[in-house]
Amino acid sequence: MKRTGIYGIMAEFDSTTDLVTAANRTREAGYTRIDAYSPFPVEGLAEAIGFDRDEVPLVVLIGGLIGGLTGYAMQYWISAVSYPINVGGKPYHSWPAFIVVTFEMTILFAGIFAVLGMLALNGLPMPYHPVFNVPRFAFATKDRFFLILFSSDPKYNPAEVRRFLESLGPRSISEVPD
Amino acid sequence: MDEPTKSAPVIEPGYTLGTVTDKISSIVLTRPTSNGWFVGFGIAFLLTMLLLFAIGYLFVRGIGIWGVNVPIGWGFAIVNFVWWIGIGHAGTLISAILLLLRQSWRNSINRFAEAMTLFAVASAGIFPLIHVGRPWLAYWLFPYPNTMRVWPQFRSPLVWDVFAVSTYATISLLFWFIGLIPDLATLRDRSEQRWKKIIYGMLAMGWRGSARHWHRYETAYLLLAGLATPLVLSVHTVVSFDFAVGIVPGWHTTIFPPYFVAGAIYSGFAMVLMLAIPIRKFYALEDFITERHLQNSAKVMLATGLIVAYGYVVEAFMGWYGGNRYDAFLLWNRLHGPYAPLYYMLLICNIVIPQVLWIPKLRSSPVWLFLISGVVLVGMWLERFIIVVVSLHRDFLTSSWGMYYPTRWDWMTYIGTIGLFLSAMFLFVRLLPMISIFEMRTLLPEAEVKE
Repeated sequence: MKRTGIYGIMAEFDSTTDLVTAANRTREAGYTRIDAYSPFPVEGLAEAIGFDRDEVPLVVLIGGLIGGLTGYAMQYWISAVSYPINVGGKPYHSWPAFIVVTFEMTILFAGIFAVLGMLALNGLPMPYHPVFNVPRFAFATKDRFFLILFSSDPKYNPAEVRRFLESLGPRSISEVPD
Repeated sequence: MDEPTKSAPVIEPGYTLGTVTDKISSIVLTRPTSNGWFVGFGIAFLLTMLLLFAIGYLFVRGIGIWGVNVPIGWGFAIVNFVWWIGIGHAGTLISAILLLLRQSWRNSINRFAEAMTLFAVASAGIFPLIHVGRPWLAYWLFPYPNTMRVWPQFRSPLVWDVFAVSTYATISLLFWFIGLIPDLATLRDRSEQRWKKIIYGMLAMGWRGSARHWHRYETAYLLLAGLATPLVLSVHTVVSFDFAVGIVPGWHTTIFPPYFVAGAIYSGFAMVLMLAIPIRKFYALEDFITERHLQNSAKVMLATGLIVAYGYVVEAFMGWYGGNRYDAFLLWNRLHGPYAPLYYMLLICNIVIPQVLWIPKLRSSPVWLFLISGVVLVGMWLERFIIVVVSLHRDFLTSSWGMYYPTRWDWMTYIGTIGLFLSAMFLFVRLLPMISIFEMRTLLPEAEVKE
């Protein structure tokens, strides 16, 4: 990828409806490398920008399995192998008593995997990002909605992209320096 | 349920995305710290110092300074532990279970209820640690490879409790923090001073509200809610196993897990109301924490209070009908023994007085709700006292009967944890958005995508 010094071109919208419509029209126009920013989760926006692979559930499942298996195996090994002591005549491998800790470990690992997995898949923490170079982007965490067309898009052409975004009726358009 | 026309809105009309954001974030960013805050925080901080003093002296002298002695080995420490951990249940209940049930009114109270949970669990966690007698060895509770070649005993409910409470604390912290990330980004973008931008920016971790991020975020949040729901029910169940697995009369009963969980939610909502009512008054948040929130919380209190009452009835019935003379004696001892006045107070606080919540007028009166919540918190504390002390002080062996009197150190430690809890709450409302800004935005009509 050639560095152009421009990360993308960004358009600002007033409402969720405008943003979702704009995202849909951008994808229909053949642009594939786009993203949208909103101050709260907007229904249908992820689909509109062409995001269809959410791996978070898989990560959580793996976390839960690791947690549960670790929890049970640890208790079995400790109570039956490494340090077998007779407690009230119960068998060393007294599985009903191990269920509570197995359950807690499942939840613990699944929860940690959910949060860290979500952050890792999102590429966070990321202290610097080119979109923050646009002063108006500060409103993306308040009441404005943004659509960006990345310069890495195969169809990217600064003049054409700008003309196209203007046709969507945005409030403002800005170039995002890299 | 109320008629739709009669019930108050979740958020008063007339707000926009911008005004909701400004109203909540300005409390943290621009509002000057009031004298009332300093006075309140000062008192809470002094009580925290009292806690440190009491614990410091405990470390020097040992737990002999407390009122615990055979046969009552579990005194205030366990009473307070169970009380605090129970209070901590409301936060996760509100944020997780009500999220899964699509109760959108939760959006304005979940944040500070979660914070309350964290601080309540922190206060609770102190007690077992200082109760072990040699607190510097408290890490022996966890399984770790050691040169003594010994391991915890996993058939013991006390070890289950270590896992349940530490998992609960961790998941509550994660849930609270993940909910804060988008709001921290809002604070980063709204603050004027550079140092605030840097601190909130670091905490927000570069959140920029990308649609991809939101999608994964919502998935993770929903899954976390699904995980936290069985967790919150399991925690007080495991706490009740600490008692129920023992064969002491008054502990050894199968009603304990559901009755403990209901009691936990009961006291938790009481604490939520006791915090929400002054907070909405002092910070003028009546538009966000409306009459509807107070009413709903009161209804949850009423329902869980009745489950608790059912628990008391079943306990008494089994004592009378079960045919076990020790259980029968326990019932008699509760009603006529040396601690009987406390048992009657418990019944009045937890069962009789909260029934006034059937009256709709009282359910929507902040002053009354505040007072009733206080009564419930006292009642739930008495319940744990009855369970721990009254069951232990006269068990099977008449020769080892005894009495338990808390000492001033017991009281100082208990009151000190209330100070710790309140100091943390005071700092929280000053430094972080106490209402989830982004979840409030989703409640506005603007948030909808029109076709």
